[in-house]
Amino acid sequence: MLRVPPKFWAGLVIAVALVYPWVVNDYWVDVMNFCGIYMLLGLSLNIIVGYAGLFNLGHAAFYAVGAYTTAILSTRFGVSTLVLLPVAALAAAAFAYAISRPIIHLRGDYLCVVTIGFGEIVRIALINNPGGLTGGVNGIIGIPRPSLGPLAIRTVDGYYYFILALVVLSVWAMRRLEASRIGRAWTCIREDETAAEAMGIDTASLKLLAFVLGAAGAGIAGNVYASKMTLIAPESFNFWESCVMFSIVVLGGAGSIPGVIVASLGMAALPELFREFARARLLVFGLAMVLMMIFRPQGLWPSTHWRRQVEREREPGVTPTPAVGSPSR
Amino acid sequence: MNSVTKRFGGLVAVNRVSFEVRRGEILGMIGPNGAGKTTVFNMITGIYRPDEGSIRLEGRELVGLRPHDITALGIARTFQTIRLFPNLTVMENVMAGQFCRTRAGVWDAIVRSRRHRQEERAILEEAERQLAFMGLSHLAEELARNLPYGLQRRLEIARALATRPKLLVLDEPAGGLNDQETRELMDSVVRIRDSGVTVFLIEHDMTVVMGICERIIVLDNGEKIAEGTPREIQAHPRVIEAYLGKEEEESHG
Repeated sequence: MLRVPPKFWAGLVIAVALVYPWVVNDYWVDVMNFCGIYMLLGLSLNIIVGYAGLFNLGHAAFYAVGAYTTAILSTRFGVSTLVLLPVAALAAAAFAYAISRPIIHLRGDYLCVVTIGFGEIVRIALINNPGGLTGGVNGIIGIPRPSLGPLAIRTVDGYYYFILALVVLSVWAMRRLEASRIGRAWTCIREDETAAEAMGIDTASLKLLAFVLGAAGAGIAGNVYASKMTLIAPESFNFWESCVMFSIVVLGGAGSIPGVIVASLGMAALPELFREFARARLLVFGLAMVLMMIFRPQGLWPSTHWRRQVEREREPGVTPTPAVGSPSR
Repeated sequence: MNSVTKRFGGLVAVNRVSFEVRRGEILGMIGPNGAGKTTVFNMITGIYRPDEGSIRLEGRELVGLRPHDITALGIARTFQTIRLFPNLTVMENVMAGQFCRTRAGVWDAIVRSRRHRQEERAILEEAERQLAFMGLSHLAEELARNLPYGLQRRLEIARALATRPKLLVLDEPAGGLNDQETRELMDSVVRIRDSGVTVFLIEHDMTVVMGICERIIVLDNGEKIAEGTPREIQAHPRVIEAYLGKEEEESHG
């Protein structure tokens, strides 16, 4: 490969991203907005699935908590959705803390099933319209656009830069987290949870932390989604959405930030580019998943960790381990 | 450890075992296979919970604590079957030991606060120190899984030392080592003790046990049958019987 430092490529990508709305029409800017929200969701789920190695097929629940918190507080109390951005993150994080604490000790496969469960519970609870808050099946409409004094986001371009800023911020924060003692501890837990615990790593707290941080990220995505669409309904936060998010992380390469970015682009942008395949979208999607798992389970752009794991498995006499989940379990 | 008992279903793995580990000593635990030695270790390090009895470190009760708490309190271990982090480098493995001695959180990591930067420096220094101590500095960037067996054992000890323990618990550290490596291990253990860490080890290799242990505890069938200096143990009738008895059982099938 070219001997160019990665910072150059990152700078190039950001430069391209900055001029993008100037060179394409509104329709394609909106496609990228949609894509960007999936990037935020993928990045947040990456903390849970990629860094901590936990199965989570209910990430849409955190997404929903962020979206509905934003919707309810803005439509009923007139709070600006921009101000609600950290509130949505906090609400999703608190929710994640409450439901994850009792299940954090569960082994990989069981944890997976429970996350599917809480994803569904949230969706159905929203439909049941508790206390008349959530608007039932029809959801909530009339969510205001983000504004704070003179600053307001109303146009497609406005949203584009808003989402771009959030994505860049998320990537920056996650990179720093990766290179810290917490990021290293997550890696140790993925490698051998028992050994990690024996070395003084509080595995339960760190797994919980992954859930809470991942949820906060999803909550932010939910806030942006709510104010952008101005209406939300339970069906936008179903199991299929959780699957898409999970696939983005796994197909991109669990634990790899560039992988998640590329996979989000693929997931959201490709159906647009190949309109003819729109009806066969599910088929193509399923086929892509199967082919990827057979030929490139480490993902499109694997993290260093995954690359080393694959090299290890290529050596004779080593049994392959699953894409996610701690091998020692 | 006071009158500790552990049952697995109907089997009593450890039965009212009591002993103490004295600061600054090298204590050995021997016994035929299945005597309950690793079970004792697992209870000390918090992986199993004793059904009866108590385990105290400098007066502090350990029963009921999670393994990482016990490590933070000052007991580090190595495993009978080596449990390194295979896809991490030698350096990254040892750095893991410093987790319980540092405090930088999410916020510190993201904003690269002073605490984060200072601790990262300290972690690196400590890891380098332990690698040098165990003679692994030249392999710092090598992946743990690529190391030969003998060096993997050394790495596991270096990683445990990085937690800055008061008590180092070694589970069959000489397992699978050749004579040269065994001698190096014995030398390392003495150096570790001389640096201020108490060592408690399980071993089958009698050269190691008789060579470096100051006191020895003997377990058989979950019970402590003898305790004393190597000389005393060598001559102890019940110990001889336990080992010879097992040999007879095995040879008669």
